[in-house]
Amino acid sequence: MTPAEIRAAVIDILETIAPDEDLSNLDDAKEFRDQMELDSMDFLDIVMELRKRYRVQVPEEDYENLVSMASTVSYLEPKMAETPAE
Amino acid sequence: MSGLAAGIRAAYYDQKVCVLERHYTIGGLNSFYRLRGRNYDVGLHAVTNFTPPGTRKGPFARLLRQLRMKWDDFGLSPQLMSSISFPGTELLFDNNIDLLRSEVAREFPAQIDNFDRLIDSLVDYDDLEQKHFEVSTRERLEQLIPDPLLIEMILCPIMWYGNPRERDMDWGQFCIMFRSLFLEGFARPFDGVRLILKKLVRKFRDLGGELKLRTGVSKIKVQNGRAIGVVLDSGEELGGENILSSAGAIETFKLCESNDDVHAHTTGQLSFVEAISTLDKFPREFGHDKTIVFFNDSEKFHWERPTEDFCDVRTGVVCTPNNYCYDEKDGDLPDGIMRVTALADYERWRNVDEQQYQSEKQKWFDRVQASATRFVPDYRQHVIDNDMFTPHTIHRFTWHENGAVYGATRKWLDGTTSIKNLFLCGTDQGFVGIIGSIVSGISMANQHLLARS
Ligand SMILES: Cc1cc2nc3c(=O)[nH]c(=O)nc-3n(C[C@H](O)[C@H](O)[C@H](O)COP(=O)(O)OP(=O)(O)OC[C@H]3O[C@@H](n4cnc5c(N)ncnc54)[C@H](O)[C@@H]3O)c2cc1C
Repeated sequence: MTPAEIRAAVIDILETIAPDEDLSNLDDAKEFRDQMELDSMDFLDIVMELRKRYRVQVPEEDYENLVSMASTVSYLEPKMAETPAE
Repeated sequence: MSGLAAGIRAAYYDQKVCVLERHYTIGGLNSFYRLRGRNYDVGLHAVTNFTPPGTRKGPFARLLRQLRMKWDDFGLSPQLMSSISFPGTELLFDNNIDLLRSEVAREFPAQIDNFDRLIDSLVDYDDLEQKHFEVSTRERLEQLIPDPLLIEMILCPIMWYGNPRERDMDWGQFCIMFRSLFLEGFARPFDGVRLILKKLVRKFRDLGGELKLRTGVSKIKVQNGRAIGVVLDSGEELGGENILSSAGAIETFKLCESNDDVHAHTTGQLSFVEAISTLDKFPREFGHDKTIVFFNDSEKFHWERPTEDFCDVRTGVVCTPNNYCYDEKDGDLPDGIMRVTALADYERWRNVDEQQYQSEKQKWFDRVQASATRFVPDYRQHVIDNDMFTPHTIHRFTWHENGAVYGATRKWLDGTTSIKNLFLCGTDQGFVGIIGSIVSGISMANQHLLARS
């Protein structure tokens, strides 16, 4: 997957987790929690959905990489480079 | 309910889950039955924690996200208006805290600033540290609000809807309940709790979960500090990687045959009777338009197990399921209904023979109604059918010791037990009520089944 495809995949996950959020104006550089109503349960869901959909494992000590869209995409890039786009 | 919610989470993430239920029907205490052609909801007065569609904060919004359900799935209609009624003093409230604030300002003008300070202090409460959670609510309130009557009036509805302890309450539990009653609110599905249960079961099964009814667990098998499986009432055995139990803490420890002496003193003591009347009129036709009335007949509210008799009717809750803002397309329920809950002593109800049980039921039905009609219009001439459930019924539906509605007096906030892969969820983990128990199931599944997997 390219970074753009990874970004789209994460958006899709966020839409599943928080269907009431408007994601069209998401600022990639800003932390998710400053733009959306996400709690720790929802963060666990990002990790779990990545595993469920793409078999990507994110160990607990890496959770801090998932704070914003930009950091999430760059963290996932090496892990998902070989993952085929849907 | 907590069990199903936990099951949904685990099954959604592809774990193999089996939910075991001893009863022939689902929902534990929040169940329903048919009698003489009518549907009776056992548990449901009000779904607490109600927030309108689009709300992103709070337990209800969180559980919808976590279960991948839509706001409409719960079919909730908000309450009209409720009250806390003491002799000569009444506080009205609805799903907007401003009404209660204005009522406090009217009845207790000297206390409104203190009341606001109370709200500020609990609005973001999220301290689940056991020793902070267990601080005395009465002591905290006495510091914040130097008016004993107002304290009793605040405690009455909150203890009724979620306090497992006698007399005092854990501060953490108080904060959670205050928010769920007053800062969020009450609602009810037109079709009652059946609707919510059906949706949960369908979701669980669609995700590949297995639900076995009439399948009680008589033993949890433990080897070298790990639970290896369960023995069913039928004698059959089932193995499993992890076990989550919503049977109650003490009840679960007994199933493991673990040494539960240390927990014996935490067995809950508070159980209820409820007198349910079907009427030939809708309550608003005789001037009753409130959803829930929490009443108490003196300035002091006594939240304790009755010691003198089968029931204590000095305080109670009157619920009128007709008095919700149902959709126009649904109209009103088929009949007018009044339900009155009072405190009851499990031991007395358990230790009578069938004949005396029936006669006590009749006697207390009349007393409970007589007590309630001091605070709501007298509806007794309109009663066309009735039923009453007792602590004995509650015990039969939930298997909770003492028929204790809110479970043990101590909560296991992190859900862990001395057995590594056995966890508690539901009432004894700490969150009570319909929404609370669902949130409990979700968070225990997250912490113990998903995050660790
Ligand atoms: C009169 C009354 C009114 C209430 N009103 C409301 C209300 O209006 N709003 C609200 O939100 N809450 C209300 N509640 C509280 C609510 O019902 C509970 O808080 C909630 O159901 C608790 O869910 P739970 O998952 O912890 O346990 P339960 O719902 O009790 O579920 C536990 C399940 O485990 C099963 N079980 C137990 N032992 C075994 C075993 N060994 N093997 C197999 N299965 C077993 C039981 O049969 C039960 O189905 C009310 C309760 C009562 C009694």
